Amino acid sequence: MVATLDQVFREEWGRVLSTLTGLFGDLDLAEEATQEAFAIAADRWPRDGIPGHPRAWLMTTARNRATDRIRRDRALTAKLGLLAAGDRDAAPMTAATFPDERLELIFSCCHPALAVEAQVALTLRTLGGLTTAEIARAFLVPEPTMAQRLVRAKRKIKAAGIPFRLPPGHMLRERLDAVLAVVYMIFNEGYGGRDELIAEAIWLGRALAELLSDNPEVHGLLAMMLLHDSRRETRFHGGELVLQAAIASLHAEAPCDWAQITALYGELSRLTASPVVELNRAIAIAETEGPAAGLEIVDGLGLDDFRYLHSTRAELLRRLGRTDEARDAYRRARELTDDGAERRFIERRLTELATTATGGAW
Amino acid sequence: MKYVMLIYQGDALERQAALSEEERRQVYADYQGLNQTPGVTPGLPMGLPENATTVRVEGGRTLTTDGPFVGMKEAVGGWFVLEADDVDAAIEVAARVPAARYGGAVEIRPSEVYW
Repeated sequence: MVATLDQVFREEWGRVLSTLTGLFGDLDLAEEATQEAFAIAADRWPRDGIPGHPRAWLMTTARNRATDRIRRDRALTAKLGLLAAGDRDAAPMTAATFPDERLELIFSCCHPALAVEAQVALTLRTLGGLTTAEIARAFLVPEPTMAQRLVRAKRKIKAAGIPFRLPPGHMLRERLDAVLAVVYMIFNEGYGGRDELIAEAIWLGRALAELLSDNPEVHGLLAMMLLHDSRRETRFHGGELVLQAAIASLHAEAPCDWAQITALYGELSRLTASPVVELNRAIAIAETEGPAAGLEIVDGLGLDDFRYLHSTRAELLRRLGRTDEARDAYRRARELTDDGAERRFIERRLTELATTATGGAW
Repeated sequence: MKYVMLIYQGDALERQAALSEEERRQVYADYQGLNQTPGVTPGLPMGLPENATTVRVEGGRTLTTDGPFVGMKEAVGGWFVLEADDVDAAIEVAARVPAARYGGAVEIRPSEVYW
């Protein structure tokens, strides 16, 4: 029962909030009303049972709460225009009367006119339904700081006129990159040990894949996250991206668009300034421009204690036929890992290097 | 919405001075095109920041100094008012300001009524 309730809340929060935002044109009002509706549901549903159409129930309740709030604020003439919107349809809302506007919402939250850290926090709050306290905990900042960040971001959305709609065609590409970067950053943050953020990023990735079902970049990002996550869960237990395994699997599973991945990593690298992301980019570059180009980037990274740097270097050197150097790099990677599966992988590579000079896949 | 669009020249004036005659004509044409864009109310053209005079009042005394409030490179170089649906529309207009592509920038400031 409790699990089901959580599940409904999780699935519906972003939908209800986005629809309300579209209806009233006010994110703050929509958030308060949605929060109230969910609080009422949390109180009643365990006692009375979940209604037949939980989404319609939540939408109707939240809309009515928002309308009530506007009535209470009637003295504020600025809001009279909004009241008309809320009164238009006093009947219960059904699936046919509310559009899914989560995409509009995520493009608002990830608008480049907002600071990146605000984009991340807003996305987790509005789409993911995390509380301010949860977001603050995940990013290791005091709760009042996070609350302030969210308030300021919402204020700017209103004051600067950040639109609640899909970006026009010629802007879509770069705006989508920004959205994907936010999702990836949430995921990456999760790799620092905060598991709840990994789940959150994957959930957002799935929602995006559902909403933009024909977009290859969205699916690429989701696949990458799932892959890293499954490797983390099963074979490797380190806190870092499992590059070798990921790339081996990407190769094995489908022909992949390395140019696309290179571009994506380029964007992420710019945003995160993370040497680990840069290492990922080097691998993609090695695929599109050759191992020498990849190696040049790898050699410029200050990640000497990062075992995947050495295993990546080793692989690139192996491809370049620089067998002796490749062997040294594999040995360095082996020194740095205490994971059995990884050690076996490296041992296998070292054995191969002893017998063949070049060739082979990742 | 109404936006005040602030143009910062940065290095743009120097870089534009080095352009070919034809490229420079394009810069003028672009500014002219902006002024004729629907929603744009051109601001009064601003002289150079080096000719600015900055005034402060401290303890009842008027202090006058030579130059802009901020550094020469950071000084406002021009402005116009834009009536647009949202910030995305304003970003598109801002991107057409020549200063933005020659090392300067455009700041989009929503206008606000305080009284």
